[in-house]
Amino acid sequence: MRALVTFLAARVARALVAVWLVSTVVFVVMRLSGDPVPLLLPPDAPRSEYARVAKELGTDRPLPVQYAVFLGHVAQADFGRSIHFREPAMQVAMGYLPATAELGLTAFVLAVLVAVPVGVISAVRRNTLVDQAVMGVALVGQSAPTFFLGILFILTLSLKAGLLPTSGRGDWTHLVLPALTLGAFAMASIARLTRSALLDVLRQDYVRTARAKGLREWRVVAKHAFRNAAIPVLTITGLQLGTLLGGAVVTETVFAWPGIGRLAIHSIYNRDYPVVQCVVFLSAVLFVALNFVIELVYGVLDPRIRPR
Amino acid sequence: MASSIPVSVPADTAPVEAARGGRVARRTRRLVAAGAGFVLLLALVAAAAPWLAPHDPVRQSLRARLAAPTLEGADGRAHPLGTDHLGRDVLSRMLYGARVSLLVGFAAVVVGSLVGAALGILAGYRGGWTDTVVMTVADAQLAFPFVLLAIGIIGVLGPSFPTLVVVIGLSGWVDYARVLRSQVLVLRSREFVDAILALGGAVPRIVARHILPNVLSTLVVIATLQLARAIVLEATLSFLGLGIQPPTPSWGGMIQEGREYLDSAWWISIFPGCLLLLTSLVVSRSGDWLRDLLDPTLRSE
Repeated sequence: MRALVTFLAARVARALVAVWLVSTVVFVVMRLSGDPVPLLLPPDAPRSEYARVAKELGTDRPLPVQYAVFLGHVAQADFGRSIHFREPAMQVAMGYLPATAELGLTAFVLAVLVAVPVGVISAVRRNTLVDQAVMGVALVGQSAPTFFLGILFILTLSLKAGLLPTSGRGDWTHLVLPALTLGAFAMASIARLTRSALLDVLRQDYVRTARAKGLREWRVVAKHAFRNAAIPVLTITGLQLGTLLGGAVVTETVFAWPGIGRLAIHSIYNRDYPVVQCVVFLSAVLFVALNFVIELVYGVLDPRIRPR
Repeated sequence: MASSIPVSVPADTAPVEAARGGRVARRTRRLVAAGAGFVLLLALVAAAAPWLAPHDPVRQSLRARLAAPTLEGADGRAHPLGTDHLGRDVLSRMLYGARVSLLVGFAAVVVGSLVGAALGILAGYRGGWTDTVVMTVADAQLAFPFVLLAIGIIGVLGPSFPTLVVVIGLSGWVDYARVLRSQVLVLRSREFVDAILALGGAVPRIVARHILPNVLSTLVVIATLQLARAIVLEATLSFLGLGIQPPTPSWGGMIQEGREYLDSAWWISIFPGCLLLLTSLVVSRSGDWLRDLLDPTLRSE
């Protein structure tokens, strides 16, 4: 029990350090970018106005004080008001979050549903034409730039074949191409890993024993081999869930999907820095929290990973 | 013990290894050579772009805009891969675009490997709190989708060649640092290091003469894999409008510009995209093959 508490405490500490470092980088970059005051005022504003706004924003105080104030605001999830939307930045970002969550989760589920069976088939039929073709596609999928994959999908499936809409958010057909694009990398990685993990297990003695008992091949694979291959697959699957968050920026831009990734890009164009900071910070917290939960789930699934 | 030492250390076991996997190794060597040949060819093409390109990559020609791949366009000249919405020759822009991809890619790899190797070796050699700090920062960076931070940083600081190189380079330092740290930890505990110290050898000399050569093959493998990542990241940032700015041609920027004309003039986006995909695939596969050849212990999946 004490070991578990220490383990949890260490993980929480690490998560907090990560979030703190990201906030610090955000602060440093914002300061490097120069004085935010002129952005908020019309060019012909009088000097007194400048001084007033600088005082309001706190930019007239020494840097260490500004940093302390900034960290205090971060702790309260307060990133100031959006210059473009004229609302608290956090409120703006939260408004765009559901669309990203919908896209990310769909991409993730799609990736797992396709990749695991494909990986299993590849392993069972190893070195056949099917295996080689599937693994070839997976290799391309792993190194293809996400945005170009999206454009290829739009060109072939949507513009030429006319099967699916090119962009925007609406009914489920709008979700297919973005989810496929965003999930492609995860799909390829999970398929390749499922194959190699299963191949490792299929070499084990207990699999030979199961076969020697006269079990049917599918039973050997499904009941004896797959369960043991599942742990490494789960590990990489968990990691992929996090990387989807980074890919969302690109995918949302390609498909005009109204999520926080596209919000971040638009806010950069609009020089709406409170929103940019807020999105970067929000994703850091989400990512760290996801990793944290995934690590806990492993502990439940695999007793060997549990702390002694 | 022996398995954790890079192949380059125990020279006496190398022949045994070679005899066992001789055929496979020979095939892998050929594949690596082919990959290196591809990159070299691309570099040559990029360097010779002014002489190879049939057109000026930034010269606009309204008469020849959105021309399909043709050997005789409306302006009476060949556009083998078509022209874009401003009548600029796609092939010429792709050749020039290779300059941006390779320049940013290689420069970013140099930055990332220098920072990563230095911090990794330092952490492995010094241990103690140095190690703790370096590895905590590394963990923090891994615990975050760096692309987002990169977009934020470039968005705020403004895109420029140095910013791009530093941000893309730093996005990859963790890989070098982690692997080198663990290798240095192993090397440091070996007797020859103690022997040199006992003989009055200085630490920087040990690092330069004995540790660096031992970790060099690992460094090369990671650098190759990082090169593929850097090229894709640069293209992604250029696609988002945060990379190399127009009118300088870059593959990512070309793909972005062609997006609006995808239905009528697919060649603007698709040709540079295919070249980008091919480059990324070849370089990352070369990294995999190189790893199998030089240092199979690095294998992760």
